[in-house]
Amino acid sequence: MSTCACPTQPATAAHRFQRVGAIIERHQRKPERLIPILQEVQEEYRYLPREVLSFVATALDLSPAKVFGVATFYAHFALEPKGRTVVRVCDGTACHVKDSMPIFDAIRGHLKLAAGQHTSADMEWTLEKVSCLGACGLAPVVVIGEQVHGQLAPGMVPALLDAVARPATGSAA
Amino acid sequence: MPTTATAASTITVDGRTVPIGQARNLLEVVRASGVDLPTFCYHSELSVHGACRLCVVDVKGRGVMASCSTPPEAGMEVVTRTEPLRRMRRTSVELLLAAHNPEGPSCDRAAACELQDVARKVGVERVRFKPMGRDLPLDRTSAAVHRDPSKCILCGDCVRMCAEVQGVSALDFAHRGAATTVQPAFGRGLGEVDCVGCGQCARVCPTAALIPAPEIEPAWKLLTAPSTTAVAQIAPAVRVAIGERFGLPAGAETTGRMVAALRRLGFAKVYDTTFTADLTVWEEGAEFVRRLRSSDEGPLPLMTSCCPAWVKWVEQFRPDALPNLSSCRSPQGMFGGLARRLLPKALGIEAKDLAVVSIMPCTAKKAEAAREELRSEGRREIDHVLTTEELARMIDGAGIRLGDLEPEPFDQPFGMKTGAGLLFGASGGVAEAVLRYADAVLGDGSRRDAVWEEVRGPGALRVATATIGGRTIRVGVVSGLRNAGQVLDDVKAGRLALDIIEVMACPGGCVNGAGQPRPARGAVDSRTAAIHRADRCEHRQNSADNEEVGKLYKNTLGEPGSHTSHELLHTTYRPRRRIDDLDLLLTAGEPGGKLLTTVCLGTSCHLRGSQGVLRGLLDAVDAKGWGAQVDVRATFCLEQCASGPNCKIGKEVLTATTVDKAVAEIGAQLAARPQG
Ligand code: SF4
Ligand code: FES
Repeated sequence: MSTCACPTQPATAAHRFQRVGAIIERHQRKPERLIPILQEVQEEYRYLPREVLSFVATALDLSPAKVFGVATFYAHFALEPKGRTVVRVCDGTACHVKDSMPIFDAIRGHLKLAAGQHTSADMEWTLEKVSCLGACGLAPVVVIGEQVHGQLAPGMVPALLDAVARPATGSAA
Repeated sequence: MPTTATAASTITVDGRTVPIGQARNLLEVVRASGVDLPTFCYHSELSVHGACRLCVVDVKGRGVMASCSTPPEAGMEVVTRTEPLRRMRRTSVELLLAAHNPEGPSCDRAAACELQDVARKVGVERVRFKPMGRDLPLDRTSAAVHRDPSKCILCGDCVRMCAEVQGVSALDFAHRGAATTVQPAFGRGLGEVDCVGCGQCARVCPTAALIPAPEIEPAWKLLTAPSTTAVAQIAPAVRVAIGERFGLPAGAETTGRMVAALRRLGFAKVYDTTFTADLTVWEEGAEFVRRLRSSDEGPLPLMTSCCPAWVKWVEQFRPDALPNLSSCRSPQGMFGGLARRLLPKALGIEAKDLAVVSIMPCTAKKAEAAREELRSEGRREIDHVLTTEELARMIDGAGIRLGDLEPEPFDQPFGMKTGAGLLFGASGGVAEAVLRYADAVLGDGSRRDAVWEEVRGPGALRVATATIGGRTIRVGVVSGLRNAGQVLDDVKAGRLALDIIEVMACPGGCVNGAGQPRPARGAVDSRTAAIHRADRCEHRQNSADNEEVGKLYKNTLGEPGSHTSHELLHTTYRPRRRIDDLDLLLTAGEPGGKLLTTVCLGTSCHLRGSQGVLRGLLDAVDAKGWGAQVDVRATFCLEQCASGPNCKIGKEVLTATTVDKAVAEIGAQLAARPQG
């Protein structure tokens, strides 16, 4: 029951990896282009898989420890896969004094994430703490996906998250 | 343009005029003037980091500056002791103490902790900051070096050592802000990445965040086990350094007292690794002559194999040069082979009751003794490897005062040595021993016992030539693996012609090994001088004149390179992958029944174009509609680097793979499958 190799295949792992090769070539394998290369690789995978980082290190003739160091230094890079929806809770000064952390804890509880766990096991959610989203007037602020929510209280969390979850998946936890 | 001297080339330090000389920075001038400013992150052989801020001085007209990163300029007026400077230093040390998980007396470094030492010097009485209390997991994956990241003060000395001197970069900074750590890639352990175990990172670590893998406890157990007969072997470089731990000057002669101390610790026999160093010269000399006569015997240049950190480096980073490595085990390894074969009978004990312990200046020797290749009859040939520092602690712990002991001789027959064997303890020594031997055996004998100054000294690469059997032989000596890599590149590119290359991973050789006591400034030079003196004090200077080695061949080994020699004294190498890592799954066939195809993207295969193979293969899988039957993966190193690009299809390993070859193989294997 083999299906044909459809010419309009979705991005399989193989094709993605082909593109990593192309990215590195486009930057002429220059070690000093490491950061832009990692940026583009992250666009491909939504995070930086460890094996791909090893490959980048080999291709650029850099040590894996160095590449890992750069990848962990910039907050922009993610080393873990992110969930389908990313929830970012602002912990900048304004939000912090308006009690953003209890909101963070409420979200964590609702998504059943253990301490230190950022992404739910079903890869639906990723919860992050960020510093200042530039919307201090609305403090405390939470961004769910692309949607900014201001002046929140912990009690409002479940409804907001469920509203995102419902249209996408039929089977909520 | 050097103008009129004096004022132009001097500065004042605390009011005293000091010449700038060759100093590269203000710190060096200040230290040369006799003011020993404390530092954590400054090592003259590494690049300047300027992070610890302990070297601050006040420069008139400019204010407070870090002296390590300030170029000296004529006429500068420098003050090192003002109240604000003292306060600054104290605060810096307090902050470091707060960031560091203190352990007190149980700490591995307790006796030689630079952090505590400096804290005392700058007058820290109590730490006013809240301890950060980082509790990070210990890393004991390496047989050579252990890590305790909670004790790390982020000075970066290890990072720069590993990158700048060893060219390995197994460690680097990761994460940022308060979460910053120094660690191997991907949070792996040192034993799971490309670390070669040289321990130089631990040598410069000011705390106990990096330490030689400890083996004192199991060694004590062996020594006190009732049925066990423990024998020791001691490397040449140990004897010129251990005295430093007992208040003797660097380079003091302690051989006989050290032997006496080992007997008191309970070793039944105390042997000298210098004996097997002489033996190495015979074996490696013969190997060289064989290669010289016929390239079938192996390629030139012949590379020495006494340094296990270097050996691992070649296995990981230059697998194409593995055939150039001498197949001789290190002298420690040779001793292990001989001891297991000969000692049970000689000592009248059962083989299982013999315990072999090495005393080495080195951490890589710990990892070497744990290698698969140095096991026989299901056990390690060398049970434990203690560093010089560890032996000093055991002697201390047993309440033995080394300085008060009467010297005792080594046990025979593995106690006989020549000066040439002793030279193995310093960079250039193996080359010098081989040159003397070659001169005696094949040359005119005019320099058989001579000092070969050309291979001594501090230069990054030293070259000596000798005429042997009418041919001029060029011998190169290098230490530090980054230097060694450069030499290999030059040889490969034809810029440098050498017939023998001696490599030691530690700068200056074993005298500066990571297992040695923490050296005071200048101590390493004194140790080297002591090795050279010891050579002159021996009755014989040429390994060819070691009579016990001669007898060993007569009674047991036959001749150099014999079958028995190969069994006991030689070893094998293999390419090693640099990092234990998962494979990349690229296409997934249907579960079960899929044909697994793995393309190597490791360094060697990568350089041979494996990425093109992968690309072609993926295209072919698409074009032929094999998507459901074939699973294509990439991996990092199939450990067959010499013949890449490599590719594994089903159980078949293809070497020198081309796309056509791989596609044909996949097609054949699919066709051979039962149709379903
Ligand atoms: S032991 Fe040597 S190779 Fe390993 S991390 Fe330390 S300096 Fe680098
Ligand atoms: S790089 Fe080692 S087998 Fe390919």
